[in-house]
Amino acid sequence: MPKTTQSSLSRRTLLQGGAAAAGLAATAKLSAFPTPALAQEPVTLRYLSTAVNQSPGIAQKAGEDLGINIEYIAVTTDDVAKRVITQPNSFDLVDTEYFALPKLLPSGNIMGLDASKIELSDKIVSVIRDGTVAGKPVGLDGTAPSEVLYLPSEQATEFAGEETGFLTLIPTTYNADTLGIRPDLIDADISSWASLLDPQFAGKAAILNIPSIGIMDAAMALEARGDMTYGDKGNMTREEIDATIAALIEAKRAGQFRAFWTDFNESVNLMASGEVVIQSMWSPAVTAVRTQGIECKYQPLKEGYRAWASGFGLPVAIDDREKDAAYEFINWFLSGWAGAHLAKQGYYTAVLDTTKEAMEPYEWAYWFEGQPAEQDIMSPDGKLLEKAGATRDGGSYDERMGKVACWNAVMDENIYMIRKWNEFIAA
Amino acid sequence: MTVTNDITASEASGSPEVSALPAKGQGVRKVPTSWTPWWVGYLQAAPMALVFLLFFILPLAATFVVSFWNYTEYSIEPAFVTTNYSDVFYGCFSGGSALCTTFATYLSTLKFVAIVWLLTLQIGFTVAYFLCFHVKTLPMQIALFMVCTIPFWTSNVIRMISWIPLLGRYGLVNETLQGLGLIDAPLEWLLYSDFAVALALVHLYTLFMVVPIFNSMMRIDKALIEAAYDAGASSWQTLTNIVIPLVKPGIVIGSIFVVTIVTGDYLTIGIMGGQQIASVGKVIQTQINFLQFPIAAANAIVLLAVVLLTIWGMLRLVDIRKEL
Repeated sequence: MPKTTQSSLSRRTLLQGGAAAAGLAATAKLSAFPTPALAQEPVTLRYLSTAVNQSPGIAQKAGEDLGINIEYIAVTTDDVAKRVITQPNSFDLVDTEYFALPKLLPSGNIMGLDASKIELSDKIVSVIRDGTVAGKPVGLDGTAPSEVLYLPSEQATEFAGEETGFLTLIPTTYNADTLGIRPDLIDADISSWASLLDPQFAGKAAILNIPSIGIMDAAMALEARGDMTYGDKGNMTREEIDATIAALIEAKRAGQFRAFWTDFNESVNLMASGEVVIQSMWSPAVTAVRTQGIECKYQPLKEGYRAWASGFGLPVAIDDREKDAAYEFINWFLSGWAGAHLAKQGYYTAVLDTTKEAMEPYEWAYWFEGQPAEQDIMSPDGKLLEKAGATRDGGSYDERMGKVACWNAVMDENIYMIRKWNEFIAA
Repeated sequence: MTVTNDITASEASGSPEVSALPAKGQGVRKVPTSWTPWWVGYLQAAPMALVFLLFFILPLAATFVVSFWNYTEYSIEPAFVTTNYSDVFYGCFSGGSALCTTFATYLSTLKFVAIVWLLTLQIGFTVAYFLCFHVKTLPMQIALFMVCTIPFWTSNVIRMISWIPLLGRYGLVNETLQGLGLIDAPLEWLLYSDFAVALALVHLYTLFMVVPIFNSMMRIDKALIEAAYDAGASSWQTLTNIVIPLVKPGIVIGSIFVVTIVTGDYLTIGIMGGQQIASVGKVIQTQINFLQFPIAAANAIVLLAVVLLTIWGMLRLVDIRKEL
């Protein structure tokens, strides 16, 4: 008998314990209930890109308009690609160049963007979508965005040859690069890439020490000088690489170059200090030299421009909440304000119509139509860029983008090219 | 002359005694002198050993392993191939007239090592000598020594970059020389040249020579110097026969610092050389930027081997452990 009492007792305690446990579970559920309130806490998007693309103004405005917290991670061009491949969990949104895609996509770390979730996807400019400007085709040497824009499916690791519903990158900024010169320190008229290797500027020229871009500038110069013709400057054969590097070594030994640079700011300093009077430059670098009150011209050349384009990509590892926020942010980005903000620094933007709406008519006329400025042109942070009456170097959007000859690229023979490039540096 | 000879003789006769000491010590050790268990010593050394294992040995082993892997543009794959090493030495043994990239790079690095070592040694020795023998009071010695370290209060990149406005084409030096009418056109070789690199390296690393040499000099018994003078040795004889032999350990330690730092340096060479002068570090950096980790690892292993060989060679010249 005592046994049964004991057992019933124990059963009772068990039941009590069970009830308590159920109660606990209920409270736990209750306490878990207010998660929607937690979700209203702003989402943070870790935005990986080069420092040039990271405007504090955009992060602030996105915070105000969308309640999304943008956390910038600033690294160099090469490091963006390195980070996507080696640390795919360390960001929620990447702004990278199209030419990195042949490296990034096979790694399986970035995924396609669903065009149906991008409101203005069919308004993205034609130069990115199919490589045409105002109906005319531009040069597609190198890794042209139109060749790497589409994916067969969201998680694909190979490009689709045709238009599909999935995009690799949504363009943020793009532009056409050319030589920057110091008109106050140069007497001659510069009209060709060949001037980069002209002995007249011995000891006063500079070239990029980012091999994939530097070799294309050299190729533009060599082809302009009539030394060589390339099948595809953005995808050279070994023989073409050998000949290009040999010519570069010859120029280096003859004292053509004052310095090489890898960082945007280095190019600004070289130009502003007068150490270099002619070099391949990025558009915002020219703007930066000019805001110091130093003359610097972004010289259009008859052979055309070397273009680049950058865009938003998503990491495969992204969580749903961040993914939704990223789409929301991208849609906002294309809707006008951000585009106008970037266009006022000299970039071109993905959706021209919305950019135009968000700019003053005189700003649009100056930046995109090649018209003389009706009023003083200010940078987004309120610094004077150009006085009234000035026109943009290279003219209108159609004139500049229409004269693109090649695009930044990663070659098939990249590994070989880098070995040869190191040979050039050591020569 | 005889006196200095005697000193070296007594030094020479001193060394057998020193080498005899450990033998005596071992004999004594067998009698237990303390209650501390034998493993306590290992336990005390363990934290440092662990730190070394985690942050030095393991990464190094990983680098060594990866240097035999395969790679593509976007991946590295475990394998055992020696192609990375043959790529590092590509064209070096083909018998061509031109030097291969790796040999040319190391030769350029070696040139800077030689120049910088010679200059830092001379300047470092002179500064240490002045501090030690010409400054009379200890507080003054300490104060002046602190003055030497002031530049280290800022980052070495800033100290390096501050040369640029000075040496540039329109820099202070050129403007001054032109203003004085000494030159007509700006001197181009002042910046982005071998000269600029050597100047910055000497500027940055002389203190690494001063400190160990000064330390060794302070340990010299002043009575030895006085004895030398009393015996009629000239200053030069005192310097070469007493001071230099006694500060040898300091010189070697300083040299190890300078040689290893300059061999691995790529920031100074990059900035002051306008990125036109090759360095092993820059080659490795370019390869890492293009995700070619295995060949970068192979280059790092080769660099490590070169540095280790250099240090081994220097330690052969002076037995630091004995001298300390």
